[in-house]
Amino acid sequence: MRARRLAAFAQRHGALLMVMVLLTFGGAQVTGFLTGENLGAMAVRASFLAIVALGLTFVIVSGGIDLSIGAVYSLCGVLAAYSSRWGSAAALAVPVAVGLAFGLVQGWLIGKLRLASFIVTAGGLLFAHGLVLFITAEGQETFTVPKGSTFLELGHGAVPVVVTIVLYLLGGVLLQRTPFGLRLFAIGSSEDASRLMGLPVAGTKIAVYAVSGLLAGLTGALSTAQAGTGVTTIGLGVELAAIAAVVLGGTVLAGGSGAVSGTLAGVVLLGLVHGLLTHTRDLSTSMHALVSGTTLLVVLVVQALLSRARNTD
Amino acid sequence: MLEAARVTKRFGGVPALRGVDFLLERGQVHALVGANGAGKSTLVKVLSGVYSPDEGLVFHRGRPVRFTGPQDAQQRGISAVYQELSLVGSMSVSANLYLGKEPRNRLGMVSFRRMHADAERLLDSLGIEVDPRRELRSLTLGQQQMVAIARAANTDSRVVIMDEPTSSLEPDEVETLFEVIRRLSERDVSIVYISHRLLELFQICNTVTVLRDGQVVHTGRMCDIGPVELVSSMLGRDAADIRRTGTTAFTHEHTPAAQEVLSARQLGGSSHADNVAIDVHAGEVVGLGGLAGSGRTETVRAPAGLRHPGRGTVEVQGRQVRTGSPSAAIEAGIVLVPEDRTGQGLVPHLSVRDNIVLAALPRLSRFGLVSQSKQDGLVHTLMRRLGIQATGPDQRVSELSGVNQQKVMLARWLALSPKVLLLDEPTRGMDLDAKAQVQALVEELAGQGLGIVLASGDLAELVEGADRVIVLREGAAVAELQGDQVTADAVRAAIAERGT
Amino acid sequence: MTITQSRLSAFTRDYGVYAALVLLALSNVLVTRDFLTVETLREQVILLVPVLIVALGMALVIGTGGVDLSVGAVMALSAAVLPLSLDYGVVPAVMAGVLTGVLTGMLSGSLVAFLKVQPIVATLAVLVVGRGIALVIADGETPGTGLGVDVPTLVLVAVALIVVVSVLAGQTTFGRQLVAIGGNRTAARYSGLPVNRVLLTSYVLCGSFAAVAGMFTRLTTSDPSRTGELIGLSAITAVVAGGTPLSGGRIRVLGTVAGAVLIQLVTATLLENGAPASVAQMVQAVIIIAAVVVQRGTR
Repeated sequence: MRARRLAAFAQRHGALLMVMVLLTFGGAQVTGFLTGENLGAMAVRASFLAIVALGLTFVIVSGGIDLSIGAVYSLCGVLAAYSSRWGSAAALAVPVAVGLAFGLVQGWLIGKLRLASFIVTAGGLLFAHGLVLFITAEGQETFTVPKGSTFLELGHGAVPVVVTIVLYLLGGVLLQRTPFGLRLFAIGSSEDASRLMGLPVAGTKIAVYAVSGLLAGLTGALSTAQAGTGVTTIGLGVELAAIAAVVLGGTVLAGGSGAVSGTLAGVVLLGLVHGLLTHTRDLSTSMHALVSGTTLLVVLVVQALLSRARNTD
Repeated sequence: MLEAARVTKRFGGVPALRGVDFLLERGQVHALVGANGAGKSTLVKVLSGVYSPDEGLVFHRGRPVRFTGPQDAQQRGISAVYQELSLVGSMSVSANLYLGKEPRNRLGMVSFRRMHADAERLLDSLGIEVDPRRELRSLTLGQQQMVAIARAANTDSRVVIMDEPTSSLEPDEVETLFEVIRRLSERDVSIVYISHRLLELFQICNTVTVLRDGQVVHTGRMCDIGPVELVSSMLGRDAADIRRTGTTAFTHEHTPAAQEVLSARQLGGSSHADNVAIDVHAGEVVGLGGLAGSGRTETVRAPAGLRHPGRGTVEVQGRQVRTGSPSAAIEAGIVLVPEDRTGQGLVPHLSVRDNIVLAALPRLSRFGLVSQSKQDGLVHTLMRRLGIQATGPDQRVSELSGVNQQKVMLARWLALSPKVLLLDEPTRGMDLDAKAQVQALVEELAGQGLGIVLASGDLAELVEGADRVIVLREGAAVAELQGDQVTADAVRAAIAERGT
Repeated sequence: MTITQSRLSAFTRDYGVYAALVLLALSNVLVTRDFLTVETLREQVILLVPVLIVALGMALVIGTGGVDLSVGAVMALSAAVLPLSLDYGVVPAVMAGVLTGVLTGMLSGSLVAFLKVQPIVATLAVLVVGRGIALVIADGETPGTGLGVDVPTLVLVAVALIVVVSVLAGQTTFGRQLVAIGGNRTAARYSGLPVNRVLLTSYVLCGSFAAVAGMFTRLTTSDPSRTGELIGLSAITAVVAGGTPLSGGRIRVLGTVAGAVLIQLVTATLLENGAPASVAQMVQAVIIIAAVVVQRGTR
């Protein structure tokens, strides 16, 4: 009993504990790591991953997966830069609307037609990426946000971090305190039971993919506001890091449980590992991918063993 | 309040309900009884909007309705508590009570404080003592069941359908449930009550409808029928009637040998079917009787390795068999024809041929390659020997009739030349002619020296088919009848003992 | 649904891929210039074969009711391992490449069979790890050019593997058991089938096939992590379009081949007629969804 509680605690708060350990270790061992400047830069970098991971958390709690978020992020980043020619409002509104539309279509296919979420969103990934290439003349063209555009303010300084924090607060309320959030947990735990209880399963699923698409679109806009240009490759593959962050945060990929605070801790943890690796030696992104991948695998195995232990007794 | 008129429902061509009439009046506690597979659950799902009938109509408050789904039925005040718990284990009791109709504050957020308070009041009004803040799965099964009932009975329900509500309840919990039912009935809520526990029906219900093989065979006031008559109408015709005409194909032309093929001890699971032992001789048919939930199914499945390993012992011809492993059991010659043919036995979309050779593949192969000629020869022989009617070995097994599907199951096992054949409700849902075909086969196989365990809720089948009958009740063997003792009356008496 | 409609949809499910293929090929002969030239065909074969090989392995896994999302990473991994071992000769190099597929397949297969992790989740994790390792190995290395096999050899290998998988799926104990497991796992277990062993083997085979495909792929970018990124999806599409439903219980080997050819042909047709690669990619996305919709709820 005590062991099981310990395991549950480790699953829920393991990421946060690791974050503390790494901060202490990093602060003590690595000079120049625990400076405000370095931490601030890391926070800004992590905020983009954090926002897509927030949307993904909802999807995973509902028992699905969204592989399209990286490509939608990328698409919407380019769209933000493209539409900045029509003014700052358009630069924000167009990508957010496109992200939302993407989510709605995918949600409809998954919720109404009951197709498997992985294949629908994988198709979405492919389509969004194709669209990016199409808009940018096969990746040849780069769009730049006009200098002095107020849109750039969105990416200025700590703005992305503030946006992230606000979104996580809202997300926490949405998941933990609203009927919608409760429904997500119910559907993720048992879709059949939810249907028998008379919950609107299809509608909820459509909404959850819409939220995920919307947040991916917003992330694209923010990252373009920060960079000043729409880079075609930014965001691609982020879905894998986001999945790692969500799982590190204690959300079970099978659905039905999870918390946005855990995801935030997972994102911070990945960011710290990345930061420490790049700070200490000049390890490239490849090592980062390996580290986050291995961590994900280990967490998965531990989760599977835990749930097996739970089921046998 | 709620009525079904001439309702027919088929699954893959097999009728589960045939022209069923059912009338539920205001404030009634209406018992719905029948053997396994009689169509009770299907009727419940038709009445609660999960299935729509193929033929016939459902009337609600006198008007015909077509529910679009359970949600629709619930909005009209009809809710059901299903056999399979339809709750979310990882959420709190109050969340389970109010999912989909949560009390909200002015900002549209869930007010957990009010939800817990409402839940407390609801549970209290029904006399259920459960802390609404607890996680549902931390409760006992019985408590969870009470929560499910409370959810169904919540606020404006006019009809509550309970499918086997007491199967997981302890005796004192049953008392609580009855109290809940009485309170609901006083509020003019109509209740459909399904249970295999006869005593309960007489305690709490005022009307009864009996289903058999998808048809209504009796309906009337509870006080006008006695327990033995109720069992009779559930399980088949009158004992005297059965003796006179003979409804089964069993002739008792097999003679058990002295040699024991199967000797199984302590077939007890965690709570069901404890301290039950079965010995089967070659050429003998041992019957397992008892109502659903008596441990009959658990007992017949245990020797086939379908239970957690490490419990009890199983020996075939004196040799120990590893428990808990289907493949070890099959290797030793013990095979099972499960009750749920299409769910657990056949691979529905595969052909007759594929289904027949499924377990025998390694024997038909050299270096992993399946020999076509050996396979076709085997399939041909078995299809002819068992009289399997299909357009050919390529026909999908899901397109066959129940009896031919069952023959395919038998053919799969006969291909392995087994020693012990375990049959769980082998003729469930079949008409008399189909039943007779399967029964004749069982008899023939016994004549060829197989040891057979026949678990059945069909009294006639049990009495006429088995050389010996073990009667189970609440997980324990309560009687073992031999020779002349094997009569319908004796089995019925053993089953109904507590109900009379 | 009337009988004619349901027959029509059953026909679409089973033979739609062939019909589409014939139509597309005919219209190409008429419309596309230089369609039947040797050079075009050579180019198409080089692009087709890796997708086809991956799809053949994928068909086995999908037949069990699972899916393997890691194939792209496995391709990248074997492509990255190849140049490291090529100094010791071609045969050891190929063996090393295949071994990467066997190992990753064992990892996914064990997670699925023994730990009962959902296939999507398990193979996604292997995808992330595999890609990470591939990136680390290839870090600073010059990208490989694959084995540099000529076209006839490619065709030979592809045909050989098609035959192998056809026999495996239709004629062997393994294949028959695999389909039964995909069709009804409970019934398979109750019939004494070695469920875990068959599951594990199917993932190992899928991994090995992906590894072989990886060695035949020319790396067009300096980043091997991108190798096979889309091929995994194309493979799933080929399998599903060819009549193998994602729910498992059935394998259509020839349909899978036709599906792979169809996807390649669609892409080629678009490109040959002046559409940019991006449009071809979007069309492929639509084909994926369409294929899943057509195969929805079938066995």
